[in-house]
Amino acid sequence: MLFGLNKKDTRFLIIVVLLTLFTPFLMQPFAETSPLAQFNGGYPDLMAKVAIFGIFAIGFNILFGLTGYLSFGHAAFLGVGSYAAVWMFKLLTLNVFPAVILAVIMSGLLALVIGWISLRRSGIYFSILTLAMAEMAYRLAYSVLTPITNGETGLQLRPHDPRVLDGPGAPQYPNLFGLELNDSYFLRLGDHVFTFNVGYYFCAAFAILAFYVSLRIFRSPFGLMLRAVKANQQRMNYTGLSPRPYTLAAFVISGMYAGLAGGLMAAMDPLAGAERMQWTVGGEVVIMTILGGAGTLMGPVLGAGTIKYLENIFSKINENVLHQWFAFLPDGLENMVVWLIAHFTGEGWALTLGLMFMLVVFFMPGGLVEGGRRIARLWRKRRHGGDGGADGDELHRPARSPHVAE
Amino acid sequence: MGILEVKNVNKNFGGLKALKDVNLSVQENSVHAIIGPNGAGKSTLLNVLVGKLIPDTGSVMFNGRSVLGRKPHEINQMGISRVFQTPEIFGDLTVLENVLIPCFAHRDGAFRIHAFETVEAEAEMIDMARHILEDVNMADKCHIHAAALSRGDKRRLEMAMCLVQEPKLLLLDEPTAGMARANTNRTIDLLQEIHEKRAITMVIIEHDMHVVFSLAQRITVLAQGTPLVEDTPENIKGNPKVREAYLGTAEV
Ligand SMILES: Nc1ncnc2c1ncn2[C@@H]1O[C@H](COP(=O)(O)OP(=O)(O)O)[C@@H](O)[C@H]1O
Ligand SMILES: [Mg+2]
Repeated sequence: MLFGLNKKDTRFLIIVVLLTLFTPFLMQPFAETSPLAQFNGGYPDLMAKVAIFGIFAIGFNILFGLTGYLSFGHAAFLGVGSYAAVWMFKLLTLNVFPAVILAVIMSGLLALVIGWISLRRSGIYFSILTLAMAEMAYRLAYSVLTPITNGETGLQLRPHDPRVLDGPGAPQYPNLFGLELNDSYFLRLGDHVFTFNVGYYFCAAFAILAFYVSLRIFRSPFGLMLRAVKANQQRMNYTGLSPRPYTLAAFVISGMYAGLAGGLMAAMDPLAGAERMQWTVGGEVVIMTILGGAGTLMGPVLGAGTIKYLENIFSKINENVLHQWFAFLPDGLENMVVWLIAHFTGEGWALTLGLMFMLVVFFMPGGLVEGGRRIARLWRKRRHGGDGGADGDELHRPARSPHVAE
Repeated sequence: MGILEVKNVNKNFGGLKALKDVNLSVQENSVHAIIGPNGAGKSTLLNVLVGKLIPDTGSVMFNGRSVLGRKPHEINQMGISRVFQTPEIFGDLTVLENVLIPCFAHRDGAFRIHAFETVEAEAEMIDMARHILEDVNMADKCHIHAAALSRGDKRRLEMAMCLVQEPKLLLLDEPTAGMARANTNRTIDLLQEIHEKRAITMVIIEHDMHVVFSLAQRITVLAQGTPLVEDTPENIKGNPKVREAYLGTAEV
């Protein structure tokens, strides 16, 4: 019983910690000189993004995966987290801790308000309410709230910011008690270059914490109640339990996760713009969670990682790159192939994501986690020649029921 | 004064008078059966008792307090549990988890977060849940998903979920419908035992006269939304009016 977890979960957590710590190696499999170097993802910006969106999705999954309430408005909390963090940088200090703390508090408060209102309805009406309210927050950020948000320009650091806690010699970039987040240490091993970045490890530490908290919630009586909400609200009511406080608590927790993600985004790049609150961002976290496997522990992280990594790779593939790849083809054919593929890469990445999402939803309703399980089961069957038997996450396997609460 | 006092309750659905001037008094620690043909308004009456429906007129007092205007979960906390005609269980959860939820609700009330305790660590709750599952003869099905159970098993699971809350008043809406004979008899024994051991008052709606006459001390016959007679089982058996209205075809 380490950290209040049983043996299996402790092992699970340790694996996640190791994966997170060694991400700079794992996402950098190719040598600098190799033609495949463009598929490397081991640079700070991308790794931090994976950690940050991982946090966002883990939190979202606590609401959506467990209770079945599908919110389209979580971008609002991400945005508020970012604004709160940048304001902390401007007014108080460039040390990241106060910024992250305020980000979590502010988004939690906003989630309390939005959750209080939208949880009066369920199913599609709930989803629409969250969408409407996030859209409202987005519009407000551009209009009446410009004194706080600085409108379209976005909220930025300025040399004359008060920063009352920072002395004259303090770092001029978000930092961890003096250690600037954009500091990196490079490790060269032969042709390989690995980057260890302060910002990434800062985000990674929070990602591990976020995962741990989510794991505890999943295994707790509170998590059981959240799953009961998804399973049958009628029965909950007739068992003396009001679903509302439970759904509201889950909503606020997931809002705080989103705020944390927003705060970390601001810490990695101290600029907050309203586009972070746009509904497409809220839609992205929905896709990440479902793609990875809603209601599972690893699913959201897998979804976030896969999407952010592929987004990065696909966006980089422009027509020039494609022409290089297909130079061996006869000219006419080359042009045709490049023309076709170009629609799915670069700017067309969204199209690929859409296709991928469709395929997963059709063929693996449980997401990548279910895909992984199926492979594991097949493999075990082949080895033992018998039934696959029970697998790890059995208790918390996503139900085959529709994703939305009735 | 009974533990449950229903006075002049009326409920209309559009033009349909589902309940007409219903008066019912259930004595504490008794088993009170409600019988009557399909569509008589039996389930509607239970819906009024648990707060699912609000009657047009009338009053419902439980233990001296009014039930009307309270939310279903508040009424449950007053001590009223119900087994539904179509089982209401947590289909996505395992049988054990289904029973754990009322265990927690019973101990913690309507809401408690305890997000950092593991379910497994709640050994006392799990013991309690397993114990009641043994009582309904389902201990071997602990880790099955509730949705995969047969209808009779779902019903017994729902009964276990209600019993583990130790309600003062247990409402049972056709608890043995869809059960095999052996399980019906077992259910009768179980209800009898629980009634004697824990002094739970029960209101039972049932078509199976064997069940009714084995358990009930009072019987109310409901027809077209109105109580026809209320009497002891012996007198009901012999009542020609009842035979005509309801028991005519049933084996007594
Ligand atoms: N929610 C409802 N809306 C409209 N009519 C209803 C509703 N519930 C029950 N009824 C009608 O009220 C009458 C009594 O139904 P019910 O109480 O379910 O009968 P039973 O005695 O078989 O349990 C039936 O005619 C039924 O169709
Ligand atoms: Mg009925």
